[in-house]
Amino acid sequence: MNAESQRAQGLRDDLRTLYQEIILDHGKHPRNFRVVEHHTCKAQGNNPMCGDRVTVTAKVDRGTIADIAFEGKGCAISIASASMMTDALKGQSLDTARKLADAVRDVCTGKDAPAEMEPYLGKLAALSGVRQFPVRVKCATLPWHALLSCLDGPPAEGGQIKTPAEGGQIKKPEATTEK
Amino acid sequence: MTAQTQPKIFDVNKVRADFPILARRVHGKPLVYLDSAASAQKPQAVIDAISGTYGTEYANVHRGAYYLSEMATRAYEDAREKVRRFINAASPSEVVFTKGATEAINLVAHSFGRAFIKAGDEIVLSAVEHHSNIVPWQLLRDATGCVLKVAPMEADGSFNLGAFAAIIGPRTKLVAVAHVSNVLGTILPVREIAGLAHAVGARVLLDGCQGIVHQPVDVRDLGCDFYVFSGHKLYGPTGIGILWAKPELLDAMPPYQGGGDMIESVSFAKTTWAPAPAKFEAGTPPIVGAIGLGAAIDYLNSIDRAAANAHEEELLRYAMTALAQVPGIKLIGTARHKAAVQSFVMEGAHPHDLATVLDRSGVCVRAGHHCAQPLMELLGVSATTRASFAFYNTHAEVDALVAALRRAQEVLL
Ligand SMILES: Cc1ncc(COP(=O)(O)O)c(C=O)c1O
Repeated sequence: MNAESQRAQGLRDDLRTLYQEIILDHGKHPRNFRVVEHHTCKAQGNNPMCGDRVTVTAKVDRGTIADIAFEGKGCAISIASASMMTDALKGQSLDTARKLADAVRDVCTGKDAPAEMEPYLGKLAALSGVRQFPVRVKCATLPWHALLSCLDGPPAEGGQIKTPAEGGQIKKPEATTEK
Repeated sequence: MTAQTQPKIFDVNKVRADFPILARRVHGKPLVYLDSAASAQKPQAVIDAISGTYGTEYANVHRGAYYLSEMATRAYEDAREKVRRFINAASPSEVVFTKGATEAINLVAHSFGRAFIKAGDEIVLSAVEHHSNIVPWQLLRDATGCVLKVAPMEADGSFNLGAFAAIIGPRTKLVAVAHVSNVLGTILPVREIAGLAHAVGARVLLDGCQGIVHQPVDVRDLGCDFYVFSGHKLYGPTGIGILWAKPELLDAMPPYQGGGDMIESVSFAKTTWAPAPAKFEAGTPPIVGAIGLGAAIDYLNSIDRAAANAHEEELLRYAMTALAQVPGIKLIGTARHKAAVQSFVMEGAHPHDLATVLDRSGVCVRAGHHCAQPLMELLGVSATTRASFAFYNTHAEVDALVAALRRAQEVLL
């Protein structure tokens, strides 16, 4: 193989790594694509560059995520990330959820996630394909920023959250930028 | 027919050689640059003018009583004259240098808007506007209590002149619309719009960012009151834009920013303004940007522009036909009168994913809302992919786009 065609092969492999079967599957058939009934928290993340939005709703019961779901519009990467996130977090503690959010950011930016988080990461490790596509890292982390806003947002009273118009106010600025 | 009047064949390879970046590769593939509506590439003549100015002729303008400053001032003012001629304005004093179209619109909103638009007055925009021709008017609305109205468009992206006529009236003080839509390519019927607006006593601002790129512009013939555009979309540098306005408006409008260069005399008790355009050019202006834009205009005058525009139109036709044949692709923006900009969506593939895959084939397209979120909402999509064509693009590049789209379907679907 000459250098040029080797390079071409490498580029195709990058794309294949980014758009793995599991990403495409979750992107096209997102799991937990709904609003959690009697959710205790809700937050929206949006990417002003492309207009993508995800809204995360969760029901937290004594420090554990009893149910979590999302709705929204976005690219394959952001939707797959959100879908796998909801799968991974159901039944987990808030502490684990926060750690997993950090671990996912590590995975996406080319750092090693802490070994203790590997079992929790599971299929989320497939997001590592974005490393070769710096402008797409935000897509992968968007739902996780929304998650953190959701978990850190004001508690809902009696399961009924007062949602500001479009969920705008509870969105943290970090939800839109990747440092 | 004599040899001189025979229509010339547009030699795209000849003009491509004028744009050095077009020879480069990205990701190991030849660059296929289909994002000129976002920003156009620069001919060597513009690059040379910029580096030549910095290299041998640079000083601040309108200040030093020495040779170099005189030269820089002359070059800067020559650029203004080149713009004047390019848009057929009556006088160079009607041509204000800004840092871009966005600043030009903000200038009008701030200066004209706050002086002449009051609570209850109406400003009419079109459905296809770029955020830069929406948000400045919203800021003005919040400051003054004026009312914003939006003229609708047809499903194919064409402007609905009848509906526009129905929503303007005696309260309409300003109509601010794009000359050409950056998303749909629609060429708005701006002469008719200006005629109707003037009949109710409204002023007309045209956002010419995309308009001036694809056709000759004669501001007096268009019948508008303000015309704005950005240099970087017209093959010139970034950081330079143009506000053209009728002289009586520039005379009546208060300054936008205060500072050096825009005054006649300053005392702590009272300052009097210099006449336009200096009144609106506070501080050290984008000197080399203006000179670079002048060089871009010289370049455009040196090629057969009619043939270049015809080539762009032909590329658009070719691309529309080719894209429509890709399964799952839907063209967005199919108005009869349109410029060389084509948005589309592909079933099952988000524009961002498409753009990522296309990029790896060397094909640069824009994906997203194109700074026109209200339009996206009307279209019922959150984003589109957009290919935009300049005269330096080729049929082979359209073929490369289509081939890359088919490859993207293999990766994404
Ligand atoms: C129609 C239109 N208006 C305004 C703008 C804003 O131009 P700039 O960002 O150069 O000020 C653009 C650029 O994208 C445009 O396409």
